[in-house]
Amino acid sequence: MKLLTHNMLTSNIIKGVTKGFPLKIAASEVKVSEVDFNPEFIARMIPKMEWSALCQAAESIGQLGDLPKELAPEYESDEEFLKKAHHVLLEVEVKEGELICPESGRKFTIRNGIPNMLLNEEEVAK
Amino acid sequence: MFPTPDISHLNSADYQYVYEPAEDSFLLMDALEKDLQSLKSARPSVCLEIGCGSGIVSTFLAQMLGPDSFYLCTDINPKALEITRNTGQQNSVLLNPVLTDLASSLADRLENKIDVLLFNPPYVVTPSEEVGSSGIEAAWAGGVNGREVLDRLLPDVHRLLSSQGVFYLVIIKENKQGDIEAIMSKYQLEMTVVMLRRSGPEHLSVLKFTRKNP
Repeated sequence: MKLLTHNMLTSNIIKGVTKGFPLKIAASEVKVSEVDFNPEFIARMIPKMEWSALCQAAESIGQLGDLPKELAPEYESDEEFLKKAHHVLLEVEVKEGELICPESGRKFTIRNGIPNMLLNEEEVAK
Repeated sequence: MFPTPDISHLNSADYQYVYEPAEDSFLLMDALEKDLQSLKSARPSVCLEIGCGSGIVSTFLAQMLGPDSFYLCTDINPKALEITRNTGQQNSVLLNPVLTDLASSLADRLENKIDVLLFNPPYVVTPSEEVGSSGIEAAWAGGVNGREVLDRLLPDVHRLLSSQGVFYLVIIKENKQGDIEAIMSKYQLEMTVVMLRRSGPEHLSVLKFTRKNP
């Protein structure tokens, strides 16, 4: 599960959970790999991110590095910054661990890089 | 012409767990290829395939559109997601799998962000009791009119799509195209029939939905 994906997941599919974001990460295995850098793609994805949630997630697994916690104006043309964002968004992967709902504490397993967001019938918010 | 993705890493053992690409899969890929120019010119950032199965369609989309987009894949069958990721790897594209029901757990954060939404649903007309498993039957069991799974997604499509977003859907004649068109029209989505194909007893169609007033 890349941190970009994590930034898109919410647990408010659970009855009684209002926001369910961001999910806390308890990682037992994190893998860092090289992914081709595409600055335009990164620049276009950043507005779709919840930036503080991204930084929080990265920090919680020791992968924040020196990624700024605030977006500077004109970040789209700052290649150094985009490279750092690229690294955090696409090169860090949680392979094994759990995602934890911030409101209910319900745990979702991450196995082999795939987060399991399936609920039991009784848990589903109608 | 784009070649079909390499699925040589898959064998009959895998197809006990996941849907083996068939005419419906190939029709959807052909439809996407037909629309390649318009897909590319919209410069999509986020693509989501619901019910990715073997991952062949998302892989094909990613091969055509390239790494300028983020490819999310969901399925209710955990085996399908492992296989999807492998299919992506086999074809040197990055696919991002999430085990979830339809777009659940992603829908909130992806609201109005999905540029390309794909769904080759379980469309076979079956008894209702056959719907709702997470094994291979989930790949085809569609219940009454083959619509029981699709009907859970349709009301959410307009919320998922970005302003220029496009939704490609595979159906068969039994799924009642006119009814689907009417439902989507209420959500200000207009339908085009991209491609048709007859495969044995199945009359397949690929439908495309876009916003009436983007």
